[in-house]
Amino acid sequence: MRLSPSPRGPLLKPGAVGWAKRRRRVPTTSDRGGHGASRLSPPYGPLLAGMASVVSCLLISTLLAAEIPQNERRSGTAFMSRDTQAMQEDDRANPGMLAVLDGEALWNQAPAGAKACAGCHGDASSSMKGVAARYPAFAEARGRPIDLEQRINLCRTEHQHAPPLAWEARELLALTAYVANQSRGMPITAGMDERTRPFVEAGRSLYNRRQGQLDLSCAQCHDDNWGKRLAGSVIPQAHPTGYPEYRLEWQSIGSLQRRLRSCTFGVRAEQLPYGAPEQVDLELYLMWRARGMPLETPAVRP
Amino acid sequence: MTQALVNVPAKAKRGEAIEIKTLISHPMETGYRHDTNGAAIPRDIIHTFVARYNGEEVFRADLHPAIAANPFITFFTVATESGVIELTWTLDHGEPVTQKANIIVE
Repeated sequence: MRLSPSPRGPLLKPGAVGWAKRRRRVPTTSDRGGHGASRLSPPYGPLLAGMASVVSCLLISTLLAAEIPQNERRSGTAFMSRDTQAMQEDDRANPGMLAVLDGEALWNQAPAGAKACAGCHGDASSSMKGVAARYPAFAEARGRPIDLEQRINLCRTEHQHAPPLAWEARELLALTAYVANQSRGMPITAGMDERTRPFVEAGRSLYNRRQGQLDLSCAQCHDDNWGKRLAGSVIPQAHPTGYPEYRLEWQSIGSLQRRLRSCTFGVRAEQLPYGAPEQVDLELYLMWRARGMPLETPAVRP
Repeated sequence: MTQALVNVPAKAKRGEAIEIKTLISHPMETGYRHDTNGAAIPRDIIHTFVARYNGEEVFRADLHPAIAANPFITFFTVATESGVIELTWTLDHGEPVTQKANIIVE
């Protein structure tokens, strides 16, 4: 099931973010308030205004097409060097597998006075198969979607009566990587649940919102300029297919939220705290945007 | 929790050069960094890696603070006899980590 196709909705508000600046210097009615037309003598004014609205319609149609077509979507793996791809493909060379091994040990290890994850869920290779592909998923208890890290912590606090693990803690990343690894190769299905629809839309509007001192939206790099270079690095399409992933730059495994915070820092905007609802909405939108693409956890990225 | 991943071919022909790949989880803290309060973070690295083939040393590496976290070390050796390849990482802090792998040489 697909959501209604209004991909770049927020960009199309007259005079709002985005398109006026991007398609700079094109005088359209919504962009310039029609000043270009009104300065001319009466016979030409309405004609030019009409032409301008045709132009703006054309611009809108090109903007709508700017969301990456389904058959042109590529995982971040496709943008990496052959060496890094080889590192990801070989389970004995992929450093993310160290976290998966860690996670396996934690899965079977009971916190004091409680059952281990395996005590309820049994063998993760069957019980957790496909789970990560549908996260962030709607949680009745919270009335909103939660991501896989939040789900693990919810299980810990509610069923194991243990304190929640800190964001980016080794144990949380390890457990998440172990659970997500069980879905490797399976198509992403997050955001298909009707209840998550408003949150996908909220994530989409964040994705398209210009922010920070550099005044950039996610879409301006990852939809409009993917495949080009930002300094020495290739701009990927921002499909979160392999989280938690091992980043060579970080020298460790990290979550999608960490990656989002890095990007926010990169455009010099205020970083959202870990676990903020907006962060989860954005995660959900990105996963929905990557729907059908195979999960690769643990991915290796430069 | 230190995890190590070792890739030694299970079978090899006598006289063949075999590749051995190793990966170990370790932060490789350089000793040159400071925490948010300005206090120095003490050095904590793997300083030596040794590979023994049926007890005989066939490869050794000294590691230094500039080596990235989770060192990936790969080397070649000649398959001589069936037996055990023993890999040992020696750490600044804590017990050395040892992994063993069997190889059959025909």
